[in-house]
Parts: sequence; structure tokens; C-alpha cells
Amino acid sequence: MARRSIEPLLWLLFSAGGVLAALLGPIFLLLFGVVFPLGWLSPPNHEYLLSVLRHPLARVFLFAFFALLLVHGAHRFRYTLYDGLQIKHLNEFVNLLCYGGAIVGSAVAAYLLWRVP
Amino acid sequence: MRASAGYTEYHPRWLRRRKSTYWWLERVSYLAFILRELSSIFVVWTVAFLLLLVHAVSQGDNAYRHFLSWSGSPLVLLLNLTSLLFVVFHAATWFRLAPQAMVVHVRGRRLPGAWIAVSNYLLWALATALVSWLLLGD
Repeated sequence: MARRSIEPLLWLLFSAGGVLAALLGPIFLLLFGVVFPLGWLSPPNHEYLLSVLRHPLARVFLFAFFALLLVHGAHRFRYTLYDGLQIKHLNEFVNLLCYGGAIVGSAVAAYLLWRVP
Repeated sequence: MRASAGYTEYHPRWLRRRKSTYWWLERVSYLAFILRELSSIFVVWTVAFLLLLVHAVSQGDNAYRHFLSWSGSPLVLLLNLTSLLFVVFHAATWFRLAPQAMVVHVRGRRLPGAWIAVSNYLLWALATALVSWLLLGD
């Protein structure tokens, strides 16, 4: 019996992360990366933002958002190295670096969201 | 890739011409492909940036203000502007390709690709409005 490949699962997670990154990435970057720093609009105050982050649903959602975006990025970057730079002899190392990085990043995200007072 | 059955990456008898490492500079469409692939780096930066924001908000009002002034420094601003361009490029190409990836049948007929693309763009607008309302509504 052939061993089941993990590739379909990775592509599924890649797609889920891709959808979330596309739907929400631009507006988060636009507001916190450009609009608030340039003073075009005033940022939400600390108290309000903390109350949003305190909500369990917000934290669960943000964790899924961060983790899926990291897996999406890792998967695509793996293929950037594979197809773009044709680094094909270091597959094991590249995979470990990409997916390992995504797992570590997700753990950091879980920790930071868990610690919200 | 080694795990998949019946697929070998190196076949000793095939003639394979080595592609230049810079093959993606040969055509505009190749360049667009590699730029889309590079959006992955900026997606990861977006996560890091937002995690720094979450961390700052957890630390208190002072840390949050510090984060806001730090995000206004030229280098961070430039990085975020670049990331915004790449992530928007990712989003636009992602939704444009959605009709090829999603095959939806309604009453035995395949839904036209344009419908799927438009509904994806509408969802994008809705998500954007929702986040704006949540963050700007206080």
C-alpha cells in the first residue's frame, strides 16, 4: 500500500491561508501600516482595542488567521525556492525551515494571544 | 516531494537542459509569477507586524503608543507600504483565479466563472468594511 502523502493537506492549508490573507491582509496593513502612522485617521484607543482582543472569539479567530497565514507563506516560499531559484537538492532542509518556522510562529502567536490580560 | 509514489525528480536517462536561475526574467508573465510567489514573505511580515501589535496592546497603553510611533518610522512605513502592494497583488490574483479553482454547480449547471470572481470580490469588500467598522467604529 502506498504511503499517504501529506501534500494534499498542505495545499488545503495553503488555500485556506491564501483566502484569509487576501480577504483581510490588505485592510489590516492599510490601517495599521499606512493610514494610522500617517495620521490620515486616528487609531482606536488602547482601551477599546484591548476589549476587542479580550473577547475569546476574537482570539480564537486571530490564532487561526495567524497560523494559516504562516502555513500559506511557508508553503509558497518553499515553492519559490524550488521553482524560482531551483534549489532542489536541499528539499529536506528547506521544508524543515519553512514548515518548522510556521509551527514555531503559530506557537508564538498562541502564546501572545493567550497572554492578553 | 519524495513521498509521492511513482515520481522521481532525477531521472538519469532523461535529457534535461539546465534552466537559468534567472529564467523568471525572460517574460513579464514569469516575472509576475515570481513576484506573486514573493508575496509569501510579505504575508509572513504582516503576521509578525500584527503580533507585535497584539503584544503591545497586551503590555498597556504606553507600549501601544510606542508601537504606533514606531510604525510611523520611515523604514517600517516603507516596509508596510511594500507589503500592502504585494498583499493586494496576492489578493487580486487569488480572486481572479478563483473561478478556475472553484467549480460550483447549481441545478446541474456550472455557475459562470464571472459570478464566482465577482462574489469573491464582494466578499473581499465585505470583509474590508467589517474590519474598518470594528477598528474605526469606537
